[in-house]
Amino acid sequence: MEAIEVTGLRKTYGGQDAVAGIDLVVARGEIFSLLGPNGAGKTTTVEILEGHRRRTAGDVRVLGEDPGTAGSAWRTRIGIVLQDADDAADLTVREMVRHIGGFYPEPRTADEVIELVGLSAKRNSKIRTLSGGQRRRVDVALGIVGRPELLFLDEPTTGFDPEARRQFWDLIRTLAADGTTIVLTTHYLDEAEALADRLAVVSAGRIVAEGTPTTLGGRGAAEARVSWTENGAVRVEQVADPSDLIRHLVASGADLSTLTITRPTLEDTYLNLIGATR
Amino acid sequence: MIAMSLSRGHVELLQFLRDRTAVIFTFFFPALLLLLFGTIFGSESTDGGVAVSRIFTASMIAYGVLNTAFVTMGSGLAMDREDGTLKRLRGTPMPATAYLIGKGLLVFALSVAEATFLILMGVVVFDMPLPPAGHWVTFAWIFLLSTVACSLLGIAVSGLVKNARNAGAILNVPVVALQFVSGVFIHPMTQLPEWLQNVASIFPVRWMAQGFRYVFLPDEAKVTEIGGAWNLGTVAVVLGVWCVIGLVLCLVTFRWSGRDK
Repeated sequence: MEAIEVTGLRKTYGGQDAVAGIDLVVARGEIFSLLGPNGAGKTTTVEILEGHRRRTAGDVRVLGEDPGTAGSAWRTRIGIVLQDADDAADLTVREMVRHIGGFYPEPRTADEVIELVGLSAKRNSKIRTLSGGQRRRVDVALGIVGRPELLFLDEPTTGFDPEARRQFWDLIRTLAADGTTIVLTTHYLDEAEALADRLAVVSAGRIVAEGTPTTLGGRGAAEARVSWTENGAVRVEQVADPSDLIRHLVASGADLSTLTITRPTLEDTYLNLIGATR
Repeated sequence: MIAMSLSRGHVELLQFLRDRTAVIFTFFFPALLLLLFGTIFGSESTDGGVAVSRIFTASMIAYGVLNTAFVTMGSGLAMDREDGTLKRLRGTPMPATAYLIGKGLLVFALSVAEATFLILMGVVVFDMPLPPAGHWVTFAWIFLLSTVACSLLGIAVSGLVKNARNAGAILNVPVVALQFVSGVFIHPMTQLPEWLQNVASIFPVRWMAQGFRYVFLPDEAKVTEIGGAWNLGTVAVVLGVWCVIGLVLCLVTFRWSGRDK
């Protein structure tokens, strides 16, 4: 059984389609990333999958159940990392993690989770006193304390410093290695590239491309751009396979000190994809 | 379910006690008003020959319960909707009932503490004698009905609050207005124009205050009530009806989130 199966998902607000017909499948144990600009329908889609929003139309199965009607037994199996929560400011990290953990049948211990998200030094601090990035790590702790089979992360690393982001990525990989299915929405393409097994780009309420980080939007088949300097002028050529061109250049004795070979980055591909649909 | 509700109640209480603004404005404010009113008008006596400070003590319990139940519930829910508390809990296996019972436990604990504090203040500062044993039974049911009615109405009204920062201000409009017309700040109520007495009698506060005055004042003091009687039966009926109205409004208006979904 797949972790998530969605067909023909639509969500309409006042006659406007926020989600205009999305189909997607997320396999068990996969890290699946949803990319897209603000207002593209990412968060709406994810909130429907989490059971936070009702859908207008379409068929949705999450861990085999319809999130619109699923009960508390289903909720013990999912974890949600909120994007903009500001709650429990007067509780300590440990108090809050224990409190939320108490709602699940087999929670991780508070200290274990706090250690996992790297907040051990802050465990007895009030949540109010934490920095933005630390606050988000509390959200992650609360999302995983119940040992979810499926974890939703909505832009989890906003406000993280680079080191915290790397630690966070390691944590996600650890969870995935334990078999947790992960659905990640993010603005950061390097994050999607580093973590995702598969990703989809949402634009204007539709999925405009789907694939692995290396194949998305024809990226794997894209031509390489070879650039070098000849007689003081920059030369550029686009070729599918640069091997012959490089051999020729070496044989001709050209100056290769400025040689570069690039393929479109995930960011180039992404900007192309969302640009084309705007 | 019981464990989850208790856990919610514990966390609610911790958060309330750590929020100094809430403790001062919700909990200590009625006591401060009692101290002021009792000191300013304390030496006067009424027609029934009872010291005004004693009447204020009894009536102020109604204000106390209104604050700890109605205002705490109303602003607490509006805040929980806004800061993500409800959204977070909605994503866990915890049922909505456990959340509401947790809030109920907070309100009950605060209301008991508030009433105790006001009564102690009456006894220690204003020489109010404690009532005979039989009156405590009446106190218990009036207190319980008042707390339940005010809590349910607080939950219902929280849905009307668009921005949690304004919750305290919005909720205090009916609260303060009702104190003036329901015989809490101005007693006896018979000084008010008759139509205003009638309007005030629709709402629970008049009946709460009247009930608490029955508990803590000598029987002769009933001459200052409207109609010259305590009318405990009407107190029970009005508060009971408000419990039902509150419950129905809650069931109709309760939302997990601030936005329409």
